Amino acid sequence: MIDFRLDEEQKMLTDAIARYSREMVRPVHRDAEENRAIPSAVVEAGWEMGVLPSGIPEEYGGFGEYSAVTGAVATEAFAWGDLAVTMSLMTPNLVAVPLMLSGTEAQKKRYLPAFCEERMPDMTAAITEPRIQFSPYTLQTTAVFKNGLYYLNGEKTMVPLADLAQTILVYASEGSKTEAFLVPADTVGLTIGERDKLMGVQALPTFKVSLNDCVIPAANKLGGGDGIDFDKIMSHSRVALGAAAVGMARAGFEYARDYAKERVQFDEPIAHRQSIAFMLAEMATDVDEARLMVWEAAWKLDRGEDAVRETAVLKRHIDEMVVRNADRALQILGGYGYIREYPVELWLRNARGFATFDGLAII
Amino acid sequence: MIDFELPSFIQNQNQLIKMVAEQAMRPFSRDLDENEHTRPDAFVDMTWPFTKEMMKRDLKRIQTAIDANGVSKNGSAPKKEKKVNMGALSLILMIEQLSWGDTGQYLCLPHPMLAGAAVSSSGTPEQQIKFLSRFTEGDPKWGAMAITEPGAGSDNSSMRTTAVLDPDTNEWILNGEKIFITSGGMALEESDGICIVWATIDPDAGRAGIKSFVVEAHNPGVTVAKPEHKLGIRASDTVSLHFNNARVPYENLLGNPEIKQKSRKGFKGAMKTFDSSRPAVAASAMGTARAALEFTLETLEKEGVVIDYRKSKFEMTAVEADLMEMEARYKGAWLLTLRATAQIAHNESNRLEASMCKFRAGEAVTWITQKAVELLGPLGYSRDMLVEKWMRDAKINDIYEGTKQINQLIVARSILGYTRRELK
Repeated sequence: MIDFRLDEEQKMLTDAIARYSREMVRPVHRDAEENRAIPSAVVEAGWEMGVLPSGIPEEYGGFGEYSAVTGAVATEAFAWGDLAVTMSLMTPNLVAVPLMLSGTEAQKKRYLPAFCEERMPDMTAAITEPRIQFSPYTLQTTAVFKNGLYYLNGEKTMVPLADLAQTILVYASEGSKTEAFLVPADTVGLTIGERDKLMGVQALPTFKVSLNDCVIPAANKLGGGDGIDFDKIMSHSRVALGAAAVGMARAGFEYARDYAKERVQFDEPIAHRQSIAFMLAEMATDVDEARLMVWEAAWKLDRGEDAVRETAVLKRHIDEMVVRNADRALQILGGYGYIREYPVELWLRNARGFATFDGLAII
Repeated sequence: MIDFELPSFIQNQNQLIKMVAEQAMRPFSRDLDENEHTRPDAFVDMTWPFTKEMMKRDLKRIQTAIDANGVSKNGSAPKKEKKVNMGALSLILMIEQLSWGDTGQYLCLPHPMLAGAAVSSSGTPEQQIKFLSRFTEGDPKWGAMAITEPGAGSDNSSMRTTAVLDPDTNEWILNGEKIFITSGGMALEESDGICIVWATIDPDAGRAGIKSFVVEAHNPGVTVAKPEHKLGIRASDTVSLHFNNARVPYENLLGNPEIKQKSRKGFKGAMKTFDSSRPAVAASAMGTARAALEFTLETLEKEGVVIDYRKSKFEMTAVEADLMEMEARYKGAWLLTLRATAQIAHNESNRLEASMCKFRAGEAVTWITQKAVELLGPLGYSRDMLVEKWMRDAKINDIYEGTKQINQLIVARSILGYTRRELK
């Protein structure tokens, strides 16, 4: 029966994450951006909330309560705090979720229990490539099968937390299909390059990675012989990015709304003017609309339905929505929106990243 | 719990309505558009039996409640049950499907429509039985709602139509002019229908003085005038009403006749009607949007243009990008509409969300239908197809039940916690 209200567990979860975002993340997020590092206590406290382990099946040590809708709700609450912190906390998801969706039994048994431990596991994924026409469906990194082994070659960029990673899930074209390979960090030919210098999310360390004839056992190909359901992985990723965009857009809306009610010009708050108030009305509506689109796609995924179409449409939509929203927030703050003392300029820089972040978050 | 699934009885109902739309609406769309103000007989004849059945069921429920409680003393409707309000859900989804057929014809649905919503939300159970029973029998009848005046559109608190009580006969005497009344002619002249008329019983009392009155068909002193010539929805009759010492019985006032200075209950009644009528208009808009979107995708597919949702923006054509944006705007506005509707179903307040979905749906259908005409080229622009008509029909959704701007204002006030004094 149609209903858009969170259930009790989702409410408790979002309340807890909202408190974390408000009390632990917001106070440090500006310094984290300027220092290009997230305090380890913040990451540890975020990981302790156990969002990922709660979704991992019981036989691998989790709580077996996976739901993309709940994941979306949680991601929004994290991203309201800060996008770099969210992407950092969700880096293990980049391996765990594809494993759950497409891994073989042996792969799940081997890798999933690590995601249920107290300490955040050092695993990440490499999908993005350093070229303008990058598309996850037509990767230039290649995987070639020869004598029972895979040979990986290519250049990756924006690989989060790659410097610490022990295992990297590398996406590559095998023939015309995108596949994924579990690559140990000490594989010969794998080089972690320099840290990326990005426009935003600078608190999240991401790296260039090159693969030069990396030799990988066939058993490390995710999903075994059949490979992965890449459509499904992309759908789950786009739902996560959509939810993160909603969280950030809501942060911008709320900040601009509160500012507009306090900022007095010509003897009254600027929110008394339609030119400001109507921008806020558009922003609030954009946020709600995008959230419903995210939830609908997540709900379809939870029912095991295909959501390639919904998530493709969603992704294009949120890429623009989140920039428009941050831009409006900045405009409402005027000069204060442009200076780094306030969070709004950071949200605009982070927002533009979504168009590039395909595959960089997943629930 | 978050769930997008519609109850199965609504899915079945929509199958049936889709047949009505395909057989009794679409084949007549073009002719009814070219011959303005012609009644859509096939549609009316096919739907009237449904209305009668639906109204019989509703009124039986009300009668049972009256019999159980005795005659209600304070004149207020019995407290709404807290169970899921399936009626609202079913009605709004029916409107979407009918508008997918043809918005102009849907507006001619022989049904109490907005008048029914007003009687149900502001009238006593006895008034509901009295004024709505006619919709369970006989020939087709219509309901209408008269709020707008030449000088009072969105600012409907400044309406000038007056109602003065004649103590000798205990009748209200109405004087004034109302405009833009959907189905007003069919309700008051061409059938034994009803029209809800908003008027002030004390022009000095402002909003507190505004009350609603049930005016029945063929009431002396009421003249139906000037069927409007419109951009679209031409099958629907939109008229003016003139009240020249029109007398209506005392008990035709809905709700409480007292003027309480602090109370704006009568006015609030009108506003409460909007909480359900705005999602209904949004649903109607989205029916047209879906029609245009489906038709555009199907027609282009026949030409070999099929969207590949896996393509990157570098591989996509401008047309594919446009189509994806049409889908996104459609989906977003439709989900906002479903949310406001689900809130009604779950008896939650939805003032903010009703206005949100209304303005976004009006905007979306306007843009989507304009885009559909563009993408279909000379065929889209031709009156041989229905797309250009849908574009003309669509624009009304940006206007009626509150323009886009007035609904944005309501959203803005709500999110800012402002009154009308703080945000004009």
